[in-house]
Amino acid sequence: MTTMSEMPDLSQAAGWLPVAFMIVMGLAILAYVVLDGYDLGVGILAALAEPAERNMMVASIGPFWDANETWLVLGIGVLLTVFPLAHGIILGALYLPVAAMLLGLILRGVAFDFRIKAQAHRQPLWNAAFCAGSLLAAVAQGYMLGLLIVGFDRNPAHVAFAAFTGVALAAGYCLLGAGWLILKTESTLQLRALRWARVSLWLTAAGIVAVSVATPVVSPAIFAKWFSVPNIFLLAPVPFITAACIVTAEIALRRLPAQLAQRQERWAWVPFGLAVTLFVLAFHGLAYSLFPWLVPNRFDIWQAAAAPDSMLFIFVGVVIVLPLVIGYTVFAYRVFWGKATRLEY
Amino acid sequence: MPDPAALDAVLAARIQFAANISFHILFPALSIGLAWVLVYFKLRHDRGGGEHWLAAYRLWVKVFALCFAIGVVTGVTMSFQFGTNWPGFMLTVGNIAGPLLAYEVLTAFFLEATFLGVMLFGMKRVSNRTHTLATVLVAIGTTLSAFWILALNSWMQTPVGYRMEGGRAQATDWLAILFNPSFPYHFTHMLLACGLTVAFLVAGISAYRWRRGDRGADVEVALRSGVWLAAVLIPLQVVVGDLHGVNTYHHQPAKIAAMEGAWETTRGAPMVIFAVPDEATQSNRYELAIPGLASLYLGHSLDAEVRGLKEFPDAHPPVAPVFFAFRVMVGMGLLMLAVAWTAAWALRRGGTPGPRLTRVLVAMSFSGWVALIAGWYVTEIGRQPWLVQGLLRTAVAAADHPVGRIGLTLAMYLALYAVLLAAFVSVLFHLARKAGAEGQPGNAGGTAEPAIAAKAGIHGEPIGVAGPGSPLSRG
Repeated sequence: MTTMSEMPDLSQAAGWLPVAFMIVMGLAILAYVVLDGYDLGVGILAALAEPAERNMMVASIGPFWDANETWLVLGIGVLLTVFPLAHGIILGALYLPVAAMLLGLILRGVAFDFRIKAQAHRQPLWNAAFCAGSLLAAVAQGYMLGLLIVGFDRNPAHVAFAAFTGVALAAGYCLLGAGWLILKTESTLQLRALRWARVSLWLTAAGIVAVSVATPVVSPAIFAKWFSVPNIFLLAPVPFITAACIVTAEIALRRLPAQLAQRQERWAWVPFGLAVTLFVLAFHGLAYSLFPWLVPNRFDIWQAAAAPDSMLFIFVGVVIVLPLVIGYTVFAYRVFWGKATRLEY
Repeated sequence: MPDPAALDAVLAARIQFAANISFHILFPALSIGLAWVLVYFKLRHDRGGGEHWLAAYRLWVKVFALCFAIGVVTGVTMSFQFGTNWPGFMLTVGNIAGPLLAYEVLTAFFLEATFLGVMLFGMKRVSNRTHTLATVLVAIGTTLSAFWILALNSWMQTPVGYRMEGGRAQATDWLAILFNPSFPYHFTHMLLACGLTVAFLVAGISAYRWRRGDRGADVEVALRSGVWLAAVLIPLQVVVGDLHGVNTYHHQPAKIAAMEGAWETTRGAPMVIFAVPDEATQSNRYELAIPGLASLYLGHSLDAEVRGLKEFPDAHPPVAPVFFAFRVMVGMGLLMLAVAWTAAWALRRGGTPGPRLTRVLVAMSFSGWVALIAGWYVTEIGRQPWLVQGLLRTAVAAADHPVGRIGLTLAMYLALYAVLLAAFVSVLFHLARKAGAEGQPGNAGGTAEPAIAAKAGIHGEPIGVAGPGSPLSRG
């Protein structure tokens, strides 16, 4: 086990740039997980829907999914370009799950178009590819997350843990997707989404609890980090807020059907909002646990970083362009604000 | 002596990467060209050109969306394979490749992906002007993406503006890196190739509709636009291609030697029209050549020196693939020139295309793809054994995954890509047939065939019956 390098001087470019990019990469991955998370979740749930409902579900994510997926490219791009040493090791260690995820993303990505544009007799096949691809991508991402937590060590217990995080992340995406549908659809589909949300909520909650309990068990380093003073007091509020979110979401999901029946949409955003909050909290806990490691116990962010000049050149671009990206992303979401309508062009 | 098993792993990694990037490039090439064609259709409509420009837009925007989706998802694959297949690449030149790729994501990917939503689905939700603006921004995004990726690729061919420190390249001059000696030629050559690919596709699919008796104004303007675009771009491409060759002659003589099939260094080198290069004997078999011509078009003098492959022992590319790919590209280019100018002549001053011309145009629908892939093989295989010319060998950069693992994922990708390519082509023709059926009053939806037969009868041109997805079966 290598030791971490000394905390570098953060007033130097070589010291603060890796931290800045860690934040950029973290935000990109968080944005990806939340944004592509809801559209992958809708993709998985589409397997349970009637054909007409399925079209409306796809319509609710159609204008957004391309840009949502770009956050993954940005996150991987930062890893590739700013932390090239870690990129090779992480993606090398995750070779097969990465391939499985890509297969899933390719299938569902092209199915968006093929499921409508192909000859009628081939459309059911593309619909199946759409749902299966969404599920495969979600499970593969969760599986990789599990392997990252255990430092890519593959003994049977760790693989089982990773398989479990795979299912848990897929459940979490379903919760996001169901929350999105409650927000963007109406009548029977909206009610159905409420039921999906309740089931997903409890699966997600079980996943969060199990991952939180298992993480310090499988990773001694994280155990040491969590259960030391003062960290234990600083971290203590996180599980409480998480529990509060889950309970509030359950209450909201029980009350919403009656309200929506009276066409009261005022609280329709609550399930999605709480699902996003749960993801932000879980992400925060995970990022805190892993920092400053990129490859647990092997490379920290300073050891894996590219040359300061190259980082600075990219950073200038990030500072100028990312606000623009966020600006026109907001614009695009405003254009398609409100309930989803049938897609045609 | 390198370990043979490791060499196999390198070959497997190369085949996998080549399969992915070959399949990937087909679709961005269409997106880049098609985006600007859509801007043109939209502007013609906005300037009062008539509803048929919008009808043409509506068909081709569907094709664009399909190409874009396939391009995005296969592009995501590429961003991962840089790491999984070539860890040594980022390790050695990551300080240069990294920022270029990062700027592609930041300036191009988000722009095109975000405004694509507005462009596809926002027509009724935003003003017409905003919608046209979204279309333009998507086109700019696709072209910017080509700019960054071609900057990186051309830098790998002609690396400048860096110094080596501890085995890693450090950037010293970003402008020199971006506008490296081969960049202007690579970038222009590629953009023209995208335009030509789309021009022949639009002309070919429109000719297909024309042959089916689907002869609305939208079909006619698309056919004319495709033919005229091809006729204008192809001579430009010939000139740029020649300049590109001269640039390669100065900077990558081993690649030129393989393209020309030149083994010996000679003055007054011949242009080899055909041969079978044999690496074992280091000579050409069945050679058919015109004396002096290669020196003329490369060195612009009949006795200019062309360096032969024997000057680059262990450092020249495999000869036959480069040699043949170059001839496929040039041959296809000449064919495109002949077809485009013949078609433009036939269509001048409101002329209509005859059955023979439309048949040729349908057959040429995917000619751009053939030339494009052949051209990329020339430039990429021609760079071997280097990954970055003179700086990093491909074999050094490869990951040491077991061959079986690469083979497994390679088989998966190949199967997937075969399905996707077949699906794309069949859906393309399906969309073309459907567009014709929807244009018929009282025939929205339903099957297209009866309407088409009736329509063909009106125009008095006998057409056979083709099965779905078999465009060439119509005689």
